[in-house]
Amino acid sequence: MESCNCIEPQWPADELLMKYQYISDFFIALAYFSIPLELIYFVKKSAVFPYRWVLVQFGAFIVLCGATHLINLWTFNMHSRTVAIVMTTAKVLTAVVSCATALMLVHIIPDLLSVKTRELFLKNKAAELDREMGLIRTQEETGRHVRMLTHEIRSTLDRHTILKTTLVELGRTLALEECALWMPTRTGLELQLSYTLRQQNPVGYTVPIQLPVINQVFSSNHAVKISPNCPVARLRPLAGKYMPGEVVAVRVPLLHLSNFQINDWPELSTKRYALMVLMLPSDSARQWHVHELELVEVVADQVAVALSHAAILEESMRARDLLMQQNIALDSARREAETAIRARNDFLAVMNHEMRTPMHAIIALSSLLQETELTPEQRLMVETILKSSNLLATLINDVLDLSRLEDGSLQLQIGTFNLHAVFREVLNLIKPIASVKKLLVALNLAPDLPEYAVGDEKRLMQTLLNVVGNAVKFTKEGNISITGFVAKSESLRDSRAPEFFPVPIENHFYLRVQVKDSGSGISPQDIPNLFTKFAQNQAIALRNSSGSGLGLAICKRFVNLMEGHIWIESEGLGKGCTAIFIVKLGIPEHSNDSNLSFIPKMPVHGQTNFPGLKVLVMDENGVSRSVTKGLLLHLGCDVMTVSSVEECFRVVSHEHQVVFMDVCVPGIDGYEVAVHIHDKFTRRHERPLIVALTGSTDNLTKDNCMRVGMDGVILKPVSLEKMRSVLSDLLEHRVLFESM
Amino acid sequence: MDAVTRLHRQLVDYSNSLFQEGILDNQFGHLQQLQDESNPDFVAEVVNLYFKDSERLLNEITVALDQQNVDFTKVGGHVHQLKGSSSSIGAQRVNNVCTAFRSFCEEKNIEGCQQYLQHLKQEYYLVKNKLQTLFQLQQQLLSAGGSIPAYEMR
Repeated sequence: MESCNCIEPQWPADELLMKYQYISDFFIALAYFSIPLELIYFVKKSAVFPYRWVLVQFGAFIVLCGATHLINLWTFNMHSRTVAIVMTTAKVLTAVVSCATALMLVHIIPDLLSVKTRELFLKNKAAELDREMGLIRTQEETGRHVRMLTHEIRSTLDRHTILKTTLVELGRTLALEECALWMPTRTGLELQLSYTLRQQNPVGYTVPIQLPVINQVFSSNHAVKISPNCPVARLRPLAGKYMPGEVVAVRVPLLHLSNFQINDWPELSTKRYALMVLMLPSDSARQWHVHELELVEVVADQVAVALSHAAILEESMRARDLLMQQNIALDSARREAETAIRARNDFLAVMNHEMRTPMHAIIALSSLLQETELTPEQRLMVETILKSSNLLATLINDVLDLSRLEDGSLQLQIGTFNLHAVFREVLNLIKPIASVKKLLVALNLAPDLPEYAVGDEKRLMQTLLNVVGNAVKFTKEGNISITGFVAKSESLRDSRAPEFFPVPIENHFYLRVQVKDSGSGISPQDIPNLFTKFAQNQAIALRNSSGSGLGLAICKRFVNLMEGHIWIESEGLGKGCTAIFIVKLGIPEHSNDSNLSFIPKMPVHGQTNFPGLKVLVMDENGVSRSVTKGLLLHLGCDVMTVSSVEECFRVVSHEHQVVFMDVCVPGIDGYEVAVHIHDKFTRRHERPLIVALTGSTDNLTKDNCMRVGMDGVILKPVSLEKMRSVLSDLLEHRVLFESM
Repeated sequence: MDAVTRLHRQLVDYSNSLFQEGILDNQFGHLQQLQDESNPDFVAEVVNLYFKDSERLLNEITVALDQQNVDFTKVGGHVHQLKGSSSSIGAQRVNNVCTAFRSFCEEKNIEGCQQYLQHLKQEYYLVKNKLQTLFQLQQQLLSAGGSIPAYEMR
């Protein structure tokens, strides 16, 4: 091997150093070449890098630096001129580029720095927004809680449930340790612990209402932070160690019904408040946030409204229950009253009928007995019997009349009658007694008093007789004066009877009758009770007819029916008495006057015809049936005939007013019909009158008839006149027993 | 004399005779009183009814008395009926005979009954005859244009 002229690297003695330099340069070059590559790579990756040109410059600078170092590798040894030139070129280029880059960077770096600042700024902003959003979320959640709470509270109308729910939900929402409600006591001077969240049965702690902390809470409608040591917040025994959590109290107005009516209710009023106390958990270092306080205030208001609704409901339920109870009570009272009235009416009806039948028997037979031959003692006894039974019969009639009057079923029997005659008749009846007592009775009828009038003659006479009878009864000596005249409008009004407003009408006039006596008089305080039936009093018992207490009451009813008024004036005991009554009577038409004749006896006109009187005739004998039918048809009756007992049973109804029954047939069928009719029609005024037609004159028939309760017996043959008078007597008195 | 007046007089005389002989009594007069415009044929109706009824009753009585065992109660019942009808009409003599007949029935005297049955029939036919004549006279009077006079009561 020869040594050649090619350049051979020489490895001098300090070859080691050279070697290391060589390697370092190599690596530097490598790094210098790879850094721009990396840069390019990463810049390509990120889209937003705005300084590409700088990068290129930088890259070029680095590349050239690398190249320089690379070329340096060849300069360690002897190298040719080319290498030296390349090296120089590279170095020059590198110098240029690096100076340019250095200059460029002066501009660039502040920009780069500011990018960083902006980035920081944005981050801060983002953090702030995050915070705000957190707040809003909290608020929205609070709102949700309020809605939910309200919903819970308002979903029930029960007071306890409302309050319990409030506490529970509040506790849950706000994660409270304890929540309590203090209600004012009835006296209003103390607050009593009524509900708590954790404790089951709060035993009645009370605090006086005038504590300053309480006043502070009550005077504001906001939730107020209070000290955990104040009496209302000290609900649990303090166990020493821990820090009690913050406590907030808020007032809950207790609204009353009346508050809703007035819009501008002044704030300072007698409002009652309850106190709600809320405690945060101890040791939690939690604070009351504003939104939590707002939540509490809103809830307190809602609770107030819910409570008042509950209170209203409670009250209305109570009122309704009360009303229902009252209704039931009223209903049963009404039913009782109706039952009582019905019972009384039935009793009266039955009693009256039952009492009348034997009564009539007694009267009839006693009067018959009077006709027979009697010793003086016997006559006296019979007269007494007759008088007593007449009295009794009158009493029975009175009671029946009164009960019918009260039922409203009594109707006046209006007819034309002689008014003067009525007065004279009463006078005649009274005269014997008065003369025995040596009383003077004077009758004064005004000249303008009509002679005939239209009204109920019988009852007018009854009233007059009663009043005059009283006057006579209770006057020991002196005189009685009866005056009758037509009342003019001034005298119609009486100060004692302000509600009586008689209105003068055509064809009617008001008759005023005054009966003045000089007897024992009545004290003024007894006067109002006179007309009350059954009212008993020393003086009154004397004044009422028969001592039964009915007479004046009946008169008053009759007078009222005649659209009039009756009263008694007396100046006092021992000063006599004046009874006055006014009744309304009609003025008869002129043509009727001449038909009527003066009837000197008791008022029985008799009806000439009986239009529409429904009659049932039972007779097995066809001929006599037709004859009776013809008779009755001639009198204007509405006649139905039956020929057998069975048919009679079937056909008879309450529409028939009279049933004529032929009892000539041997065999007692007719009597059975009478009994059957009595059974069928229990109410007295529904039952038809039963009259037996018989040809036999013996007393046995009559007895049988009376026994089965027939109202009359007539002897056949019956003439037209006889039938007419029979019917009119029958309808008048509802009984007829001919003397046979 | 004018026909109406003649007939009128005839009627009045005839009916008076009936009353005087006791064939009819006041009851008949009452019946006639009941006859008016609303009931123009009242008397005739009743009398016809009486005839029918009485004839039926007489037949029944005859049959009953022909039996082997005479049921006096039944006979008595019929007689009672007949008596009732007759008294309603005013057939006085029939009425009287019935009364007597009744007492025979009660005594259960069969001969008496038979005898009185004949008597009864006689009286009945008599009164029937008389009444029919009366009605004929009334009809004649009416068709002649007159009106039936009202009878006075006794």
